[in-house]
Amino acid sequence: MKILTTNFLKCAVKACDKSNDNFPLRYSGSECELVQDPSIEFNEEFMTNIMDRIDWDAVLSVAGDLGNTNLPSTKPLLNTAEQLSEDDLAVLRDLHVLLVQTSIKEGTMTCRNCGHVYYIKNSIPNLLLPPHLA
Amino acid sequence: MKKKYLVYMVQVHSNFRRAELESLADLYQLEIDFSSYRDDSPFFVVELEDDKAASDWIKRSILSRAIYEYWGEGDNLHELHESIRGQPFYEKYKSDNRTKTFKFEFESYRGSSKANRVKQIESFSYVEFQGKIDMKRPQEIFTVIEEYEPISDNLPGTVPIKLFFGRLIQCSDRAAVEKYDLKKRPYKGTTSFEAELSLVSANIAQVKPGSIMYDPFSGTGSFLCSGGHYGALVIGSDIDGRMIRGKGAQHNISTNFEMYGDSARFLNVLTMDFTHNALRRTLVIDTILCDPPYGIREGIKVLGAKNPERFIGKENVEIDGTKAFARRDYIPTKKPYSLDALLDDLLQYASERLPVGGRLAFWMPTANDENIETIVPLHSNLELRYNCVQEFNKWSRRLLVYINRGSEYSGNENIGQKRSQANFRDRYFSHFN
Ligand SMILES: C[S@@+](CC[C@H](N)C(=O)[O-])C[C@H]1O[C@@H](n2cnc3c(N)ncnc32)[C@H](O)[C@@H]1O
Repeated sequence: MKILTTNFLKCAVKACDKSNDNFPLRYSGSECELVQDPSIEFNEEFMTNIMDRIDWDAVLSVAGDLGNTNLPSTKPLLNTAEQLSEDDLAVLRDLHVLLVQTSIKEGTMTCRNCGHVYYIKNSIPNLLLPPHLA
Repeated sequence: MKKKYLVYMVQVHSNFRRAELESLADLYQLEIDFSSYRDDSPFFVVELEDDKAASDWIKRSILSRAIYEYWGEGDNLHELHESIRGQPFYEKYKSDNRTKTFKFEFESYRGSSKANRVKQIESFSYVEFQGKIDMKRPQEIFTVIEEYEPISDNLPGTVPIKLFFGRLIQCSDRAAVEKYDLKKRPYKGTTSFEAELSLVSANIAQVKPGSIMYDPFSGTGSFLCSGGHYGALVIGSDIDGRMIRGKGAQHNISTNFEMYGDSARFLNVLTMDFTHNALRRTLVIDTILCDPPYGIREGIKVLGAKNPERFIGKENVEIDGTKAFARRDYIPTKKPYSLDALLDDLLQYASERLPVGGRLAFWMPTANDENIETIVPLHSNLELRYNCVQEFNKWSRRLLVYINRGSEYSGNENIGQKRSQANFRDRYFSHFN
């Protein structure tokens, strides 16, 4: 599961929608097996689009879970009107490595509200629920 | 001033062809007058702003072949030449192309000619091209497009009844039909959707580069492939983990994307019940494209117990000190769900998640029984824009395309009502007798 996906996933339990703690899920850093796919090429336009879609606080939270605390504390503002600066490009490249090239192959993610644990198995997150939570 | 162009189209899936051309025109904000468009003709002469507009319009099209700058037309070669020389733009086109390297091509519809093509090319000498002929990388390609009348059903015609001449502006994306052909796809299954109409669906749904496309019932990922091809970041979900996992390390959805060179745009497939959705509510999904379960090769299931009384207290069962439901190998129980309810959920989800103007497109099979009326689901915020039917012998399926118009719009609504008259699955397995 690409790290980018963590930015889109909340808890599947409907009752947790009332809470603000159902997103992002908490990732077990010690148990997560990360893999990298350097063959996925950097694409400036693609990453610029992604920047519009991501929730920066969630990026920080998940990166922190996985032991990465080097990200800027506020979402980098890209100068999209004209050409991106060298600094902007550097940020985008770093994020490309983190969000697109890095995946969680095995691991768990937990809802901060209800505590339900979801597994990521062979890079596929399983969000199915037992009947008492469905 | 607008210029005349000729679109040369394929003569298949004509119920989808106009919807594709209209959707692509709308995607690139092109005003096109469809009043002379005919389902039964492969030709469509239109006026457009410039070559760039023509190229934008047709470059993604699957059901057309190419678009040409229009030079003239006639019922035979002689008339074609007369027509070309009589056009108001003839002198300008002539001088625009005077020094370009070029080549000639011939396209034939429903027949083929034994005429001497070299002689025919020479008959265009009055245009006075002075550039070199370059068969490999010409700057311009001039094309004679001929239409024949077949002699009989399986005997193609030999003498053209109509000819067009034009300068090639843009070939369509028809090559993608070959590229995404299921025969060449490493991972596919019984539910995989054929390449041609998957790509057409993505065009009618207006999947855009840099946008997010979601297939809630992604199965083997056919629509994800089409969405990725058109540059969207694609997300799929399926309640059946086996579908998503594929058949080993070399045959799964991810390896399909690798083969197509679209890996960057493949976000993930999630094992998830669409009706217990885990995509955060604030995520804008630009397009939803899918083929929901109809209970033919797969059941319509959602999470939950069919007999809840049998599951009372089960959440407390422990195995080796861990709650059974919290174990890695736990498989949750599922219960049957109705098609009407699932489609209601899909329309409701689309109305909440799509931006205004965003499209929901999905396939729905129907039996061709005359006594059974097909009731298309409707939601008050969604405009039903297209209902394109593909006919088979005893059944048909249709691509329903909706545009989210937002809460201001109050269209007809029938969600929450029972619509399906007969169970399609039962009808399918009794061979529609
Ligand atoms: C007609 S198939 C779609 C096939 C897909 N287009 C493909 O390319 O293989 C419908 C899919 O919906 C899945 N499905 C059924 N109920 C579901 C649910 N509640 N949530 C998500 N997926 C579901 C089935 O497992 C099946 O794979």
